[in-house]
Amino acid sequence: MSGPTAREAVLGRIRDALALAPPGRQPVPRAYRTGRTLPDDERLALFTGRLADYRAGVRVCTAAATAEAVAGALDAHGARRVGVPPGLDPAWLERFGGEVLVDSAAVSPRMLDGLDAVVTASAAACAETGTVLLDGSPDQGRRALSLVPDVHVLVVGLSTVAAGVPEALALLVPGRPTTLVSGPSATSDIELERVEGVHGPRVLEVVLRTDA
Amino acid sequence: MTRPSRPGAAAGSGDDPPERPLPGTPAPPPHAPPGTGRLRGDTPFPRAARAALGDHTLRDNLRRATGTIRARRLAATRELPDWERLRDAGAALKSEALDRLPELLPQLEAAFTGRGGTVHWARDAAEANAIVTRLVRETGSEEVVKVKSMATQEIGLNEHLARQGITAYETDLAELIVQLSGDRPSHILVPAIHRNREEIRGILRDGIPDADPRLGSDPAELAAAARAHLRERFLTVPVAVSGANFGIAETGTLCVVESEGNGRMCLTLPRTLITVMGIEKVVPLHRDLEVFLQLLPRSATGERMNPYTSLWTGVTPGDGPQEVHLVLLDNGRTAALADPLGRGALGCIRCSACLNVCPVYERVGGHAYGSTYPGPIGAVLSPYLAGMHATGDDPNRTLPYASTLCGACLDACPVRIDLPAMLVDLRRRHTEEAGRTPEALAMRTAGAVMRRPRLYTAAQRTAARLARAAARREGRITRLPPPLAGWTEARDAPVPARDAFRSWFASPEGAAAMRAAAREGERRRAAHEGPGGGAPADGHDRREEER
Ligand code: SF4
Repeated sequence: MSGPTAREAVLGRIRDALALAPPGRQPVPRAYRTGRTLPDDERLALFTGRLADYRAGVRVCTAAATAEAVAGALDAHGARRVGVPPGLDPAWLERFGGEVLVDSAAVSPRMLDGLDAVVTASAAACAETGTVLLDGSPDQGRRALSLVPDVHVLVVGLSTVAAGVPEALALLVPGRPTTLVSGPSATSDIELERVEGVHGPRVLEVVLRTDA
Repeated sequence: MTRPSRPGAAAGSGDDPPERPLPGTPAPPPHAPPGTGRLRGDTPFPRAARAALGDHTLRDNLRRATGTIRARRLAATRELPDWERLRDAGAALKSEALDRLPELLPQLEAAFTGRGGTVHWARDAAEANAIVTRLVRETGSEEVVKVKSMATQEIGLNEHLARQGITAYETDLAELIVQLSGDRPSHILVPAIHRNREEIRGILRDGIPDADPRLGSDPAELAAAARAHLRERFLTVPVAVSGANFGIAETGTLCVVESEGNGRMCLTLPRTLITVMGIEKVVPLHRDLEVFLQLLPRSATGERMNPYTSLWTGVTPGDGPQEVHLVLLDNGRTAALADPLGRGALGCIRCSACLNVCPVYERVGGHAYGSTYPGPIGAVLSPYLAGMHATGDDPNRTLPYASTLCGACLDACPVRIDLPAMLVDLRRRHTEEAGRTPEALAMRTAGAVMRRPRLYTAAQRTAARLARAAARREGRITRLPPPLAGWTEARDAPVPARDAFRSWFASPEGAAAMRAAAREGERRRAAHEGPGGGAPADGHDRREEER
């Protein structure tokens, strides 16, 4: 139908346009900050401060206390039915008293909608913007899982918290389905006032493990 | 109509390009054809602006909203010590990507296809609409959920789908408000920026089936109503249509930047995902996101990062839509590309900062511009994409005059698009088209006058003289030349209704009004802020050299 002919036409127009107004190619100056590193305590302070600005919950703990922190976050929001990706460390839910559903292809979006909360790990994070990056690895699960339930408990290791945006994005594997999460879902559509909680999880709780 | 060809003449000035002069020589690419989509309004800017100026609720809503967002943007951009260097990189990357389109688009296509996606090409709006319709039909669905997208607004996709019996549900809150009220978007980021909470309450209460009649006007309550309303759609509608903020040639990855999670819902839950993306949205490397994901959120909503950014590459088995399409849209972009200056407008990342700082936009709102793209970027992009003389009385030819040329937009633009230079150039072209008519003379003068308030007093005298002379040659003073009338009527001043621009221009009130508007722009530029924000001069955002 419109396939090859439209393709050839558009590419032909582009070549014509560039011939009519030849480009003056210039190198891209990448003089902005990259490769930054910050000591642990500074990254921790920066990251948790940014998360607080987004009104995300933060629980700082050691790796050994993960299960306690996760249970605390879930209990604080009255979550009884919780979804987890198949690759999540089961030990993280050991202190949680409610029902745990391990996600699989058989779980429909409507079933996810029936969950109170979801617990996932994360691929990386960015301190300067308070962003957590998910890449669909087995401990993070498919994208629908961390989207549909109303409470998202995110477990982040401090060693994966990069200083800035370039440093955090460099930790990603390109091509994976990736979601950058900066606080709970929000809108500024009504008089530019930021309101937390529209379609994504209205509650974001970050469990930050200082020795992981 | 065919006019003699001159380099770069096709974009911005004419309708259809001249014939190819010789075989093998490049032909100016065509503008977006009129008739389909929305790259021009029905009313010249002046008349539309005058109507908007009479709406006090609109003006109050806009003043409050743009003031808030300006302050937030400044705080967010000042926080980064390398902001100017990020802008340099962003501008250069966009320019590089445009120069390399012949190689980057096939690269993007190959990478996206290699991961199980399908790529389609569309010369114009009608072709893109037909492709999307066919793809939706093939799924058997009569409904689609939509992520806010400028490209699909530009091509009039929702209206086209409706005519084909397919219902499109807008899922962005502001788009939903606009859709439920039968309105049009007035801002590229916050389409319902012209509505206040009380108005929104009424729209949601009346427009959402089973809405609580006691729905309050608290934004959180309004957002919750939208959440409840759309949840069922997300869970059941099998097809989504999105735009894309960036398409990465290197990896075939598409990127959507959003806030509410409606984007994630659409990009994740349906079986089929159709993305319509302008060809100018391609960037070379995955790494380039490190620049744009800093520039865009801080310039757009003044946040350090927007709540959600989604990246997907073709199909991921077991995760998200299993059938993904990408429609690459020209629709006049190649016409803009053929223009050495206009090409720069294709670098726009749709942050809306130029709208929010523009003293003209703040007064008249987005509807007055007619096109999907309002504000300073719209005033250049609409003519570059669709032309200024495609119809007998093309409203697009008035758009380059919808500015005081104060330069605030250039200062704010994260990718340093030289909007004032483009506005001046489009005015020049328009006056060339118009020849030595009184309209042309008067407008040429107006262009110069508005550029520098310092020159204003002297220039206005000359302008009045020129206008009088022109009128004398004609033997009488006829009705107002529309673009000039538009500019004067867009001011907040008592303007005699007819035939009076020239005398008004020379009068003390006219002089005062124009001087005030231009000074305000100048002040805003110097302080990098508008009235009400009260922010001090920006330490690192220096104004560019004098143009
Ligand atoms: S022209 Fe620049 S400031 Fe305006 S919307 Fe585009 S990127 Fe933003």
